[in-house]
Amino acid sequence: MGEIEQEKLTEAAALKTRELTVSMGPQHPATHGVLRLVLDLDGETVVKCTPHVGYLHRGIEKLAENRTYLSALPLTDRLDYISSMSNNIGYVVAVERLLGIEAPERAKFIRTIVGEMTRISSHIIWVATHALDIGAMTVFLYSFREREWILDLLEMLCGARLTVSYPRIGGVRNDVSQEFIDSLYKFVEGFDKRVDEYETLIDQNRIWLKRTKGIGVISAEEAVNWGLSGPMVRGSGIPYDVRKYAPYDAYDKVEFEVPVGKDPGDVYDRYRCRMIELRQSAWIIKQCIEKLPAGPVMAPDAPKFTLPPKDRVLKDMESLIHHFILITKGPTTAPKGEIYSSVEVPKGELGFYIVSDGTGRPYRMRLRAPSFIHASVLPRLCEGGLIADVIANIGTIDIVLGECDR
Amino acid sequence: MEQIQIAERLKEKFPEDVLSVSEFRGQVSVTVRKGNVLAIFRYLHDNPETDFDYLQDLCGVDYPSRKPRFEVVYHLYSINHRHSIRLKALVPEEDCSIGSVVPVWIGANWHERECFDMFGVAFKGHPDLRRILMPDDWEGHPLRKDYPLKGPEPENDWKGFREVLEDSERLKGFEWER
Repeated sequence: MGEIEQEKLTEAAALKTRELTVSMGPQHPATHGVLRLVLDLDGETVVKCTPHVGYLHRGIEKLAENRTYLSALPLTDRLDYISSMSNNIGYVVAVERLLGIEAPERAKFIRTIVGEMTRISSHIIWVATHALDIGAMTVFLYSFREREWILDLLEMLCGARLTVSYPRIGGVRNDVSQEFIDSLYKFVEGFDKRVDEYETLIDQNRIWLKRTKGIGVISAEEAVNWGLSGPMVRGSGIPYDVRKYAPYDAYDKVEFEVPVGKDPGDVYDRYRCRMIELRQSAWIIKQCIEKLPAGPVMAPDAPKFTLPPKDRVLKDMESLIHHFILITKGPTTAPKGEIYSSVEVPKGELGFYIVSDGTGRPYRMRLRAPSFIHASVLPRLCEGGLIADVIANIGTIDIVLGECDR
Repeated sequence: MEQIQIAERLKEKFPEDVLSVSEFRGQVSVTVRKGNVLAIFRYLHDNPETDFDYLQDLCGVDYPSRKPRFEVVYHLYSINHRHSIRLKALVPEEDCSIGSVVPVWIGANWHERECFDMFGVAFKGHPDLRRILMPDDWEGHPLRKDYPLKGPEPENDWKGFREVLEDSERLKGFEWER
């Protein structure tokens, strides 16, 4: 060894190494919103990860306490804004259970259809952005084709694309048109082929496998102890799905499978779960369209909470007064009690705990937001891994900060 | 197990701590004293018959008119047995603290931080009790019922607008030169 090289080596040995603290976010293209992570790094290894949330806190729980049951519905749109329909369904199901009313069969099937449509659009946007983060850009370009179709369908149904507020306490706002059903059926018929296309792009891709296999591993027991839900817990092998475990709407009348991941429970397993769920959702929609019963779409037996049909409002004095009172004053009484009700939204289990004190406003409305719980598991997934895998982990937990911060 | 059976079991096992059992729409709530919560949850979690391995939710509720002012509400679920139960621990305002359940369910960590942030209930034994949704230097606890819904109005409200109005008043009497 030459003298100069020897000198260089001793110089390198004398250099001090120290841990570096990096603040990632709240403005960062890979954080999917205003999530801030404070990372303590030892070289490229993450030693400690501290998430900071709350940048999007709007006090939805506090606001809901000061609104009537009817006017609290649009607040739930603003939780998880890419799947607002599922949040609406979660809220109306909870209030229906509190009031003890039942939506008509047709409304239940329509809700199931639109709920699964949002699941498809949410999972599509998830796979698009997750793949984009990891470096597969093509999927992003293709998947917005399907998302656009679904948003067009939602627009046809209720006039809104993002914040829909379409379900109502006791049913849905309006009936579906034949044009909507035809277009949706055409969509789900060809949807499996579209999913095949995505899978061809990334399923066996070497870079994709390297970036996802063995990353963010969480075992089944741990996942349950952390309180994870949705594809996060199913990826670890627990078939916990509210649609199966406590069916609501029409989920007990359709067939579908709950996909679970294989042994390690890593980013790839959760990706596979979501891809299978896409196909299952299309299958559920298909069955619902085929079984869609005829009949009304609003519960007839709960006049204190449901608006009368529009044609009656225009012709009938009592209905007009009823409509006016409900819109201006809102309902004044509700049964005294408390209810916890949860539904399966694309992110996981969205729970509503509503305490009623007998007035027309919820005394307390608590939201069990899956994104909040999934964000809390980030340190567990990231610590000990590389900084590049932090991006894969943020993608795999599929959080929306609007729901996390409420 | 039926929910009411679980409540009965709890009553037998912890006669001192269980205060009341109520039912609404098929959901049973068990109200307990706050002193022994960790033992109760340990029992519910470890006993193979109840096996509550999943903490669905943890939140606070504020009742300003009642004597123990706060309730901390736990929703438990068993993925194996598919049964659930709701437990409510009473927390008075003077001694606003309760034992943390993070040793039983690690997922309770952020729920308890949120409850502390929103209601000011301190969780003893929590590994990292800080505010979570509100900024660190925030005063007050927003979800308490006595917390105002609206902040104070800014003093200089719409001064520009007022000036415009005054100007328009002044211009009313103005006569254009012909």
